Amino acid sequence: MGYARDVGALARKDLLLELRARDTLPAMLLFVGSVFVVFHFALPGTSSRLATAGLLWVAILFTALLGLGRAFVPEREQRTFDGLVLAPCDRSAIWLAKSLATLAFLVAAELVALPLYALFFHSVGGATVAAVALADLGICGVGTFLGAMAVATRARDLILPLLFLPLAMPIVVGAVGATVVDSPGRYLGFLALYDLLFAVICWASFEYVVAE
Amino acid sequence: MTTAEKYVTAAYCVVFALVLAYVLIMALKLQRLERDVDELARRAPDEDAEDAPRETAQVG
Amino acid sequence: MNRSAATIQAVGRTRISLPVLAGASLVLVTTALAFVFFVAPNDADQGFSQRIFYFHVSIAITAYGCFAGAAWKALRHLWKRDPRADLESYVFVHQGVIFGTLVLLTGSIWAKISWGHWWLWSEDQLVLFLVLFLFYCAYFMLRFSVDPGPQRANLSAVYALFGVVLIPVSFAAIRLSKQLIHPVVFTRDGPNFHGWILVTYCLAQVALPVLAYTLYRLELSAKRLDGRLRDLREVLA
Repeated sequence: MGYARDVGALARKDLLLELRARDTLPAMLLFVGSVFVVFHFALPGTSSRLATAGLLWVAILFTALLGLGRAFVPEREQRTFDGLVLAPCDRSAIWLAKSLATLAFLVAAELVALPLYALFFHSVGGATVAAVALADLGICGVGTFLGAMAVATRARDLILPLLFLPLAMPIVVGAVGATVVDSPGRYLGFLALYDLLFAVICWASFEYVVAE
Repeated sequence: MTTAEKYVTAAYCVVFALVLAYVLIMALKLQRLERDVDELARRAPDEDAEDAPRETAQVG
Repeated sequence: MNRSAATIQAVGRTRISLPVLAGASLVLVTTALAFVFFVAPNDADQGFSQRIFYFHVSIAITAYGCFAGAAWKALRHLWKRDPRADLESYVFVHQGVIFGTLVLLTGSIWAKISWGHWWLWSEDQLVLFLVLFLFYCAYFMLRFSVDPGPQRANLSAVYALFGVVLIPVSFAAIRLSKQLIHPVVFTRDGPNFHGWILVTYCLAQVALPVLAYTLYRLELSAKRLDGRLRDLREVLA
């Protein structure tokens, strides 16, 4: 019970911060829109459904990366990370709360991105929405974890994509598969398995990332 | 030599070359270590090189 | 605590001496090479080019072994707080990346002989090694942009553990992604996997891990020496 309250308080703090500063979400929205426009010109005139499905996932992945890169910026700029770590709660609560906050941003961005995609390219089916939901969990969970690692380094923003993209490869496979094929059950199952597996590892090992 | 033979030889040469490149890197590292040891030996007190680290270790 | 660390160290020293290992890998790798070129018969399907297989597959399995070793040492670091596990984990990753590079290069050459292209996305193992190569290169980026200390050790260890989970997950993902493309069924161990071919393969499979372990120990001793020199310099300064 106490754990859930800790997570809730931490996540609320991040959302409140975003509401006041409005740093991340507008950037993500603008980015995903621009990416669609750029991709329209990058793709040959009559591109197949397969190609545009890949495009959607590249756009989502990079938009998420943009948000993840900002996830620990407030802590870094205001030097409140030590305070967070010293807070009397389980350290994994920090990861869970951050993931939830990032997830909220990403979902908000996708609420705009998916209709925009349907408008510009192809319609979006139920399987795609399910894939987006499952992929978001994995992207935010793993991405937040790696973001916490990246802020501890000197390279910071530079290193997060390098850490994240190889780990995100299975997500892309599952997500694109679910978007493209007729019976997406297997791909959705794979995404769910990925989420579960990495959520457990992140949850169990986050303590070591923030501990000195 | 047939093409297949050439390619197989190339593959094994690549393995060999990479291991040798590793040896080269290790050699460079050893060279650096040697320089460091030389520097330390110069810096160590002249009287008895073996005593020096022990003495300071006791202080620290 | 200190004494147990000392006994671990003592056990570590009495393992197998480095010269013995180096000699063993010299003999084994040379014998394996001789077998590959002079003893093993030509493969019925692929002819001479099949001879890449002996080292390619052995190197791939050795690379997996190195990554697994890295994860094991990482676990020891996080769990038992073994003071030497961090460096050992790092050196294992380094060996894994070297052998992974070799897998990519030999695999690419093999793809060129067999299918006429230097790169094939339909070859599961090659694609997997490319992903792992990128992943573990990022490990080095991570490690070298954190100052040495407990935090670097923790971050490296956690990342190395991620790697060992990523291997099966990526493999499954690559298998899944291929369903749109026609599957390439390539019987490496079909009915013609017997006799001298089997002996040669087993020899190579023993030789390359021994070579990897020798290089691992060599690099480890160099790195330890480096660390001790640094300590000594601090004491003298």
